[in-house]
Amino acid sequence: MALAGATAARGADDRNPLAGDPKAAKAGEFEFRINCALCHGLGAHGGGRGPDLTRAQKKHAHSDAELFQVISNGIAGTAMPANGTNGQGVGMTDEEIWQIITYIRSVEVKAPAHPMGNAAHGKELFYGDANCSLCHMVEGKGGRVGPELTAVGGSRTREAIIDSVRNPSRRLAWGLTESTKEFPQEYETITAVTADGKEIKGAALNEDNFSVQIIDASEQIYLLEKDKLRSFKKSRESMMPIYKPDVLSDKDLDDIVAYLIGVGAK
Amino acid sequence: MRGRGFRAPLVFAFCGVWFVSMASAQVTPERLLNSAKEPQNWLTYSGDYSGRRFSPLDQVNTTNAPSLVAKWVYQTAATGKLESTPLVVDGVLYDTAQDDRAFALDARTGRPIWMYQHQLPGDIRPCCGRVNRGLAILGDKVFLGTLDAHVIALDTKTGNVIWDVVAAEYQKGYSFTVAPLAVKNLIVIGASGGEYGVRGFVDAYDASTGERRWRFYTVPGPDEPGHETWEGDSWKTGGAPAWNTGTYDPATNQIFWPTGNPAPSNRGEGRAGDNLYSNSLLALNTDTGKMNWYFQFTKHDEHDWDATQVPVMIESGGKHLIAQANRNGFFYVLDRATGKLIAANGYGKITWSDSKDAEGRPVARKEASPTLEGHTVCPGALGTTNFMAPAFNPRTSLFYVTARDQCDIFSTAPQPYEAGHAYYGSAYFPSEEAEPYRGFLKAIDPATGEIKWKFEHTSPTWSGVLSTAGGLVFTGDAEGNFIALDAATGKALWHFQMGGAVYAAPMAFAVDGKEYVAIAAGSAVYAFGLP
Repeated sequence: MALAGATAARGADDRNPLAGDPKAAKAGEFEFRINCALCHGLGAHGGGRGPDLTRAQKKHAHSDAELFQVISNGIAGTAMPANGTNGQGVGMTDEEIWQIITYIRSVEVKAPAHPMGNAAHGKELFYGDANCSLCHMVEGKGGRVGPELTAVGGSRTREAIIDSVRNPSRRLAWGLTESTKEFPQEYETITAVTADGKEIKGAALNEDNFSVQIIDASEQIYLLEKDKLRSFKKSRESMMPIYKPDVLSDKDLDDIVAYLIGVGAK
Repeated sequence: MRGRGFRAPLVFAFCGVWFVSMASAQVTPERLLNSAKEPQNWLTYSGDYSGRRFSPLDQVNTTNAPSLVAKWVYQTAATGKLESTPLVVDGVLYDTAQDDRAFALDARTGRPIWMYQHQLPGDIRPCCGRVNRGLAILGDKVFLGTLDAHVIALDTKTGNVIWDVVAAEYQKGYSFTVAPLAVKNLIVIGASGGEYGVRGFVDAYDASTGERRWRFYTVPGPDEPGHETWEGDSWKTGGAPAWNTGTYDPATNQIFWPTGNPAPSNRGEGRAGDNLYSNSLLALNTDTGKMNWYFQFTKHDEHDWDATQVPVMIESGGKHLIAQANRNGFFYVLDRATGKLIAANGYGKITWSDSKDAEGRPVARKEASPTLEGHTVCPGALGTTNFMAPAFNPRTSLFYVTARDQCDIFSTAPQPYEAGHAYYGSAYFPSEEAEPYRGFLKAIDPATGEIKWKFEHTSPTWSGVLSTAGGLVFTGDAEGNFIALDAATGKALWHFQMGGAVYAAPMAFAVDGKEYVAIAAGSAVYAFGLP
């Protein structure tokens, strides 16, 4: 840890010695694939966990020196680990980190391919006609049945957010992550019938081999033991309705995405 | 206390009710050979030399298992994954935890007798967590392999260091995570480091002095047979680590030790050839370390499918066999005298092979090789199974193994070798096509390869398996449950929520005539018994 700190401090004072070097960018692409792509995706377009790094505007680091700091030391309170602390050896060398930064700069999109929507209108829709806030909370306001979305615009690509609105069941959102467990809980849909015949349908907050914790559409929480149920069914059909373009136009969806990206960048 | 302790055994031995003989009897090689005569003890990683992880204890059985209760919990103060199996000898439990901790507990109460922690340098090169899978015991010493590649002998009564030898340079990526195997007067141990381009080896040390008696390099050097299976100088960084505990056959004086992936793990370019003896089972002469035979499960591996699963000795129809549920998704049965393949049957989701060679060995499809852009192959890099210990129950004649169905996108990335630096040459990503990933406990009939029953977990687990003469199978889940199942049917009979995911394997022991079942989960070790 002490070593990593010293490295980072030295790096932070430096400009990227490899800036603009196409060979370094190529080496960085491979290093990125080995060290970063699991979360940030192949091509740095963002994955399940990490943000899209092809965006020019980054939340935690702007200059090369800041990127170096973030890669070296991680970001406290997020899933971004410090270099060399993932239990897999001593991590990358300074040179390799600079190569990765060179690579990231080479794939950044200076102007978004798609013009940003109208965030103010997106916010109106989110809390109004599009009904998003019935289930989703942003900055402390909204419902509890679906995933909290304050940070989603900072961690997911525009395409991923659009896809999750148009095809909510294609990739279920991740919920609770337990520290020692490999996989996070997903927003699966549970239908349970209790011993006295009551049907409960809701999103899984957590589940193990013997119990399940559910929140239903009216935000009621149910804590159930499976062997006491008359029936238990799990589905990967999300409780979230499918928003087809005739219900939510591409333009309105763009506006909502612009709102979420704006909030996520704060 | 200590002064009185010497007299206490004499006084209380006559009472014989609650008293536990304080481990005064040494663990001789003969005791290890005849471990079946002392079912109350768990003397080696897999319980005995056969690798079966079968306890002859039957006090806890299918009838009373639902009434099991927690007897004690020991908090190790370690963070990360506990992968260790405890040993129990005459009422004392010996175990390890992350960062090369070792400790001895009163097996009835979980109260510590001694604790030891090896002082690790700051720049060790673990592959996959700062883990350790356990100890070996012989004489009055327990033996620990460390993350900086030392082999250390500790006094069983105090945890004092008796000897400490350096086996390899940790700066080059060598480490030990494996529970050593004590055989005769030797401590056998295999290196980790397949992610760093080490040259793997299996070592044997004199248990009394720490002197190295033999070393078998799992990658043959120039002029050795098998060397021709490596392109150019690739053998020098060929990997083939040996990071899980092997088994021992006294009848043939052979040690069976499994080996891991060639390096770099997911890039075959530059190491054309079969890459012997990576992903193989080695039959080594115990006294000399010379190889009698080998069987390579995955030739020229490009998917990180270490064959380091415990090889289990089973007898079937008068045949002496050795079985392994391999990470590549096939269940192999070999003749253990010759290494000849008897059968290979899939026991999970497999896309890498759709044919077999003349010997019956599954052959890789060309299209299964990782590509620059990446494509999906099953099983994924973590395999159908991994280091989690399997079990074989001679009463049910079933082989129990933790399995997962997961596919990964394998892409390849050239990476120059640099000593002590990660050397994967690859990246893999969970493939969405295969979501959700499914985890099972599967009961395989080794005679046919047929899956007799399976218990599906909520999500894939890293827990090993124990089977007992009480007709039970014990395993843990990723959600923190410890579970007892009917060994014949797979029906869950009992569970206990331990509050942390399981990465270890269970074992059983008895003290004062009472049976216990123990396992590590989260940061703690748990023991269960009847009320």
